[in-house]
Amino acid sequence: MDLSLSTRTVGDRTVVEVGGEIDVYTAPKLREQLVELVNDGNFHLVVDMEGVDFLDSTGLGVLVGGLKRVRAHEGSLRLVCNQERILKIFRITGLTKVFPIHSSVDEAVAATD
Amino acid sequence: MATVELRFSALPEHVRTARLVAAAVARRAGVDEAVLDEVRLAVGEACSRAVGLHQSGGISAPVTVVLTEEEKQFSIQVGDEARHQPLHAVGAPGVVDEVDAEEDEMGLAVISGLVDDVEVTAGEDGGSIRMTWPTNPSPTILP
Repeated sequence: MDLSLSTRTVGDRTVVEVGGEIDVYTAPKLREQLVELVNDGNFHLVVDMEGVDFLDSTGLGVLVGGLKRVRAHEGSLRLVCNQERILKIFRITGLTKVFPIHSSVDEAVAATD
Repeated sequence: MATVELRFSALPEHVRTARLVAAAVARRAGVDEAVLDEVRLAVGEACSRAVGLHQSGGISAPVTVVLTEEEKQFSIQVGDEARHQPLHAVGAPGVVDEVDAEEDEMGLAVISGLVDDVEVTAGEDGGSIRMTWPTNPSPTILP
């Protein structure tokens, strides 16, 4: 399975819906997408991970890179994830403290700092 | 003797294959279903690391994955042929640079967070990560 990406705008947020496997092979595609969004002036991102079947440290690295980019513009990067096996990876790496993780896109879109 | 041995060119696209094979063999060996996700992730991390080391070191040799089913355990050894920096030594020429080493550590952090029994070796001629999981022996049918 490959990686699928689609983006849509909800208010001032840009929702990136990710599906499939984020690993050492597919992560560069996600990185490109995030870089492009930030370069185009989208600084408030919501990454919807509900369709993600697999995430490894390369994928985590890309998300951290995305967070650094939006923060440079006083933006935000929120995640949507309810899958225990994906959440576990954020927990063991301590990244639950770095990313706001929401249970739905609506909740992430409505959230403010 | 290894139950299954896999060698693949050090390319990111083959890491998924290694994950699938490892999970399939682990399942057959009797590794708990609940742990298979961890096996997949840990093998993927170890293989991604090996691919990165080969690519940054310009090594054309394949990455090896050795899957071994033993009596009460299942082990996976991922081997690379990269020239590793001796632990805590810096400044040696031609060895893995610091940025690579940092990414390397992220993968290792995930592995050590997931797997209780991990053995990492690194030398001048290559390194390996050996991970072991307990298995549930299939119930013996009494006559």
